[in-house]
Amino acid sequence: MTPYRRPDPETRPGYLYEPYKSTVRRAPAKPLILLPHTLSELTGPLYGHDAIGKTDHDLTRQHPGEPLGERMIVSGRVLDEGGHPAPHTLVEVWQTNAAGRYRHDKDNHPAPLDPNFTGAGRVMTDANGCYRFVTIKPGAYPWRNHRNAWRPAHIHFSLFGPAFVTRLITQMYFPGDPLCALDPILQSIPSEKARERLVARFDPETTEPEWALGYRFDIVLRGREATPFEG
Amino acid sequence: MNLLPTPSQTIGPFFHFCLTPGEALGRLAGPDAMGERLRLLVRVRDADGAPVGDAMIELWQADAGGKYHHPDDTQELPADPGFRGFGRLATNADGACVFETVKPGQARGPRGTLQAPHVNLSLFARGLVDRLVTRVYFAGERANHQDPVLALAPEDRRHTLLAHPDAGNPGVWTFEIHLGGERETVFFDV
Repeated sequence: MTPYRRPDPETRPGYLYEPYKSTVRRAPAKPLILLPHTLSELTGPLYGHDAIGKTDHDLTRQHPGEPLGERMIVSGRVLDEGGHPAPHTLVEVWQTNAAGRYRHDKDNHPAPLDPNFTGAGRVMTDANGCYRFVTIKPGAYPWRNHRNAWRPAHIHFSLFGPAFVTRLITQMYFPGDPLCALDPILQSIPSEKARERLVARFDPETTEPEWALGYRFDIVLRGREATPFEG
Repeated sequence: MNLLPTPSQTIGPFFHFCLTPGEALGRLAGPDAMGERLRLLVRVRDADGAPVGDAMIELWQADAGGKYHHPDDTQELPADPGFRGFGRLATNADGACVFETVKPGQARGPRGTLQAPHVNLSLFARGLVDRLVTRVYFAGERANHQDPVLALAPEDRRHTLLAHPDAGNPGVWTFEIHLGGERETVFFDV
């Protein structure tokens, strides 16, 4: 079996990044041990095929009324480093409501909850690796990392891909957001090119007239090593 | 083609309502699963020994016959329909969660070897910019001595990869994860 490529150092933050305070007590101090891929890493969970509900892809239709905020569509393709699509893989998303509040017991930001918005969704990619979901634009919110710290508006993404090593949890940001440059979580990624991967772009193609703005967010998972037998 | 991969970002503290709304994914072994049933208690502590109560643990393991339920597992073994190799739970305020599973069999290793029974574990949490990956092996298992991955860990830290049976609770195995400090767990770069 062909192993997967090692993680690209350009995309890979060190676990300890002091500007993001929570890393200090949680980052391992000792170096990771390099593990050559075995069957255990080259296989991985094929989860989610039977778990998708009727409105899971449309976060604006999970309650009797419509949520407040700016309706939007996110679509994109899930690919690997070689440009091959990742078909039939689960994409899970979660986010705040338009006011910047999560539907979570531990979120005590004094912003209103929206009875018509949960903020959790899931979709499977199609045969070409494409996905699409409808939601409302999340809000920025304060956190206690440093004085006057605010998280830029973002959507959390969780993906499996075809193997244990392709598992990815990440966050999607919005173009032109002035908070991005000040955000230690986004800035923990070493290279600007890699950070740009996490910024969706406004997409007239995805936008639906008289209805909702569209954003494009392609996701690149790790791919296999090239072998002499592959084109 | 050579595309730059999408970088990882922290799961943050607010994932539960999407990723772990219930505990159904803590049960890998259904009532008919084959093999030795066990309850695997995973507990996570930070560098100061404080419980990490907002982590998410995912497991991936072979069934009792050593077969991964995945098309790239070409071992000629039947897959146990009563078993699902994937589990996912959030830790509680004590930093712990408990999976119902079976002891995995020996999956194929490199160059015709067999790997010792092990569970592949991913740990996500606020303050972790990327997941941490480790493996759960079983203390006292004879095959541990020949396992090619255990052998990669420095000898004096190898014990951090072992789950231990709970003397007071038959069938319960405990795996302690230390993110830092003197007992820091061995984590793998996969």
